[in-house]
Amino acid sequence: MSTGLDNSMLTLVTFIPLAGALLLVVFPRRDRDIRLFALVVSLLEFVFSLHLPVHFQRGQAGFQYEVNNLWISNPNIHYHMGVDGVSMWLVVLTTFLTPLCVLISWKSIHERVKEFFILLLVLQTALIGVFVALDLFLFYFFWEATLIPMALLIGIYGHGRRIYAAVKFFLYTMVASMFMLAAILWLYAKTGTFDFVSIQSAIHNGQVENFAGAATWLFLGFFIAFAVKVPVFPFHTWLPDAHVEAPTAGSVLLAGVLLKMGTYGMLRFNLGLFPEQSRANAWWVMILALIGIVYGALVALVQPNMKKLIAYSSISHLGFVVLGIFSFTQAGLDGATFVMLAHGVSTGALFMLAGILYERRHTYEIAEFGGLASPMPVYATFFLFIVLASVGLPLLNGFIGEFLVLSGAFRDRAVYGILGATGVIWSACYLLWMYQRVFYGKVTHEVNLSLPDLSGRERAALWPAAAAALVMGVAPLLWLNAIDPAVQNVLAPFAQLASKMVGR
Amino acid sequence: MNNANDLTQLIPQAADYVRILPEIVLSIFGMIVMVLDPLMDERRSQRTLGTIALIGSLAALAATLFQGQYPGLGFWNMVRVDSFSVFFHFLVAAVTAVVILTSYEYMAVQGIRAGEYYALVLFGAVGMSLMSSAVELVLIFIALEISSISTYVLAGFRREAAISSESSVKYFLLGSFATAFFLYGVALMFGATGSTSITVIGNVLRSGHIPVLAYVGIALMFVGLGFKVAAAPFHVWTPDVYEGAPSPVVGFMSTAPKAAVFAVLLRIMFEADAPGRVWLIWVVAALSMTLGNIGALVQDNVKRLLAYSSIAHAGYLLVAFAALPNNGIPAAMFYTASYAAMNVGAFAVISHIGGKGERYVTLEDYEGLGRRSPLLAATLTIFLLSLIGIPITGGFFAKFYVFSAALQSNLVGLVIIGVLNSAVASYYYLRVIVVMYMREAREEVPLPPIPVGLGTALAVSLAATIYLGVLPGRVLDYAARTAAEWAR
Repeated sequence: MSTGLDNSMLTLVTFIPLAGALLLVVFPRRDRDIRLFALVVSLLEFVFSLHLPVHFQRGQAGFQYEVNNLWISNPNIHYHMGVDGVSMWLVVLTTFLTPLCVLISWKSIHERVKEFFILLLVLQTALIGVFVALDLFLFYFFWEATLIPMALLIGIYGHGRRIYAAVKFFLYTMVASMFMLAAILWLYAKTGTFDFVSIQSAIHNGQVENFAGAATWLFLGFFIAFAVKVPVFPFHTWLPDAHVEAPTAGSVLLAGVLLKMGTYGMLRFNLGLFPEQSRANAWWVMILALIGIVYGALVALVQPNMKKLIAYSSISHLGFVVLGIFSFTQAGLDGATFVMLAHGVSTGALFMLAGILYERRHTYEIAEFGGLASPMPVYATFFLFIVLASVGLPLLNGFIGEFLVLSGAFRDRAVYGILGATGVIWSACYLLWMYQRVFYGKVTHEVNLSLPDLSGRERAALWPAAAAALVMGVAPLLWLNAIDPAVQNVLAPFAQLASKMVGR
Repeated sequence: MNNANDLTQLIPQAADYVRILPEIVLSIFGMIVMVLDPLMDERRSQRTLGTIALIGSLAALAATLFQGQYPGLGFWNMVRVDSFSVFFHFLVAAVTAVVILTSYEYMAVQGIRAGEYYALVLFGAVGMSLMSSAVELVLIFIALEISSISTYVLAGFRREAAISSESSVKYFLLGSFATAFFLYGVALMFGATGSTSITVIGNVLRSGHIPVLAYVGIALMFVGLGFKVAAAPFHVWTPDVYEGAPSPVVGFMSTAPKAAVFAVLLRIMFEADAPGRVWLIWVVAALSMTLGNIGALVQDNVKRLLAYSSIAHAGYLLVAFAALPNNGIPAAMFYTASYAAMNVGAFAVISHIGGKGERYVTLEDYEGLGRRSPLLAATLTIFLLSLIGIPITGGFFAKFYVFSAALQSNLVGLVIIGVLNSAVASYYYLRVIVVMYMREAREEVPLPPIPVGLGTALAVSLAATIYLGVLPGRVLDYAARTAAEWAR
């Protein structure tokens, strides 16, 4: 493959959706054609993004497909993009979920269709940009850029309390990212660059003046922005509102990708730039993660609302990711990355399934259902499969990641692993109990008797997710052999740190 | 040596006139408008006079570019053309042109007689332009008065509305009070340093001994100028005046005269190296940001909301004044430019939606605008996002440069206050966007199609806002050169 294509690949992958959105602006308002066009663009984008894993040099640390051009000379901002094994898969996760979002919104969005798909495609560009940016400024730019389309998707196309949810989502993340901006500005003021790699090496070599005094604050500045996004317990309150009110596609991308921006940020920036501070602050981050795992699961257990249940389960699952990241072990970080991907696929699918039911009955209340297995057998099968994947059944995608995270956590401190492991049990409780209430037993409400089973389009949206859940569970190495070197790279300073401490 | 030689020195040279060429052009066009006004019948005059004024402002723009090739002092060292003055001349002329374009439709809808209006806009622009090139305090005072008196009258142009007259009188009374402060400060400064020339004052102050009188003089001048830029605690007039004044005029007076006053402040604070500026400005900047944003949170009238927002923005801008010159000056200049672009654009939208008698200026009237006029709503959204400071808009880089300048001067406390304030501010701008997109449309609010003039005005300010947000480098480099010129 020519290097020219490799160089422009990330730019292409990032901006194809935006180009599609711009074309949609001038598109005539024929809803069917608009949907079709959005589907074609997102599929094309997915195919293009597959170039990344196919031609990825596995076993090689460092960033690949790099582009680095001067964008603005003062301040010194570069258009610097690149992916390693972690971010590459997150990009592919994004491009994988977007066509499914288009399919799942086919009928449920029937007003202002054009604007909906424009926002969806703009959101996709911003999300991919977050994962590929290697210039802190560029990163911040894409980070903020995800906010507006997402808030509008929730606010315009959402359900009852959509405005409240949209504003809450926007303000929460906006305020938190201000702290990150302040930290980025501080780093720029001291180093004169926004380049992630340069700043990293400047910090590593001790060339940043006053760094020792400010480091903890900088760590916290980044951490708060990411913690709100993940969300880490006590910053999670925006999430259930946003999920419950969001349209299905919004929820899929919110849970599937947006939350991963936070964990990705922790992995890349908190660990990458501030290894010592990460180590020093790990204890309370771990405790928060554990609280998140248990608290999210317990609240999910008592939710009468199906979508809220899935939302709280996300808090619990993302707790695993944070736990893995701050265990600073190879297994923990590998697992954390894998959970990010697995959670994206299976929770994305769960939200699609919940959305399918909502389209039929216009409610998410679990009590409104019961015995659905007989009128909707295919639906029930898909649901069961995804629930099992989510619960962490071996040979499906949830298992690998959680297993790795827990083994990493055990290695760090046994009590973390033990407490974390309870989360796996809890997730089986709330998901299977929900499944039982919705699908088994007799049909309790007459309306449910005549519910139509999945249509061809809905199956088309669910099959890829189910297939991915299976393949990821059976052949995790396909993913892990790219993730592994990237994680080693992140962990390199920690090994030095440990040896330094032993040397003392 | 001999009398003849002295005499020739008293006669202005051709070069002197080049130094005030934009002002001359603006004055001539202003007078043409005034002379033509009584000769034309009222209906026809609207467009014609507006077009003449528009040509005048564009001619001033051209004159500025021409003048920029001949930098130097003129009129016995009272006026100086340098890249700094060219920057602000350009800004004032561009804002004037956009405001005139906005006023076409506004004047016709409100049924206001156009003649004096356009003339006053041009005369105001004369004062504002002169403020940025004057390097002598008395001339600055005169320029300030030219600009202020024009805006006092413009604020009262909605004659049938009592609120407009109230706005005008309030602005006039408080404004005169503030100018008196400024003049008093000038007098004290003269007493302290023996000169009214900014360069000489700067030399005296830098020479080591700083008389106490100079501190008092600076403080008094700052009070006067602080009033003009609506910085807290001298901001109380702003919401009332903005609410009453015609919307295009608010767009004008919240940007062009402010930019000019900031230019004066930059000259006084940095070129004259004002003593004790950092703490003075620290307090005022922190107060303005905080009071402006808190005030804006509870507003339901869009004009009042933007009035409070402009107080807050004056605060952000002042942060740059507390920073070191080589970072602070370019940051402040960039901020004025991008604030002018987004705010004049926002008020163009407001004046269009306001309708006859400006009846539709509350948030409720904006409900469902996203559905009824996607283009107008999207435009206003971009201006508001820029005011919040979202990337790829000028507002983002403006804040960015200001805060990083402050960080480089170790003003961490002020930056934290500023950052928290911008977070708070996003709430009230967001309210407008929420109302436009997420509420049901209100059909009873009439929404005429966008006329060509307004469309052009919006396109220009939108393009400027985006340009400053995507490729800020050129403007910032230009501004940085200014700082370097002063440092020499």
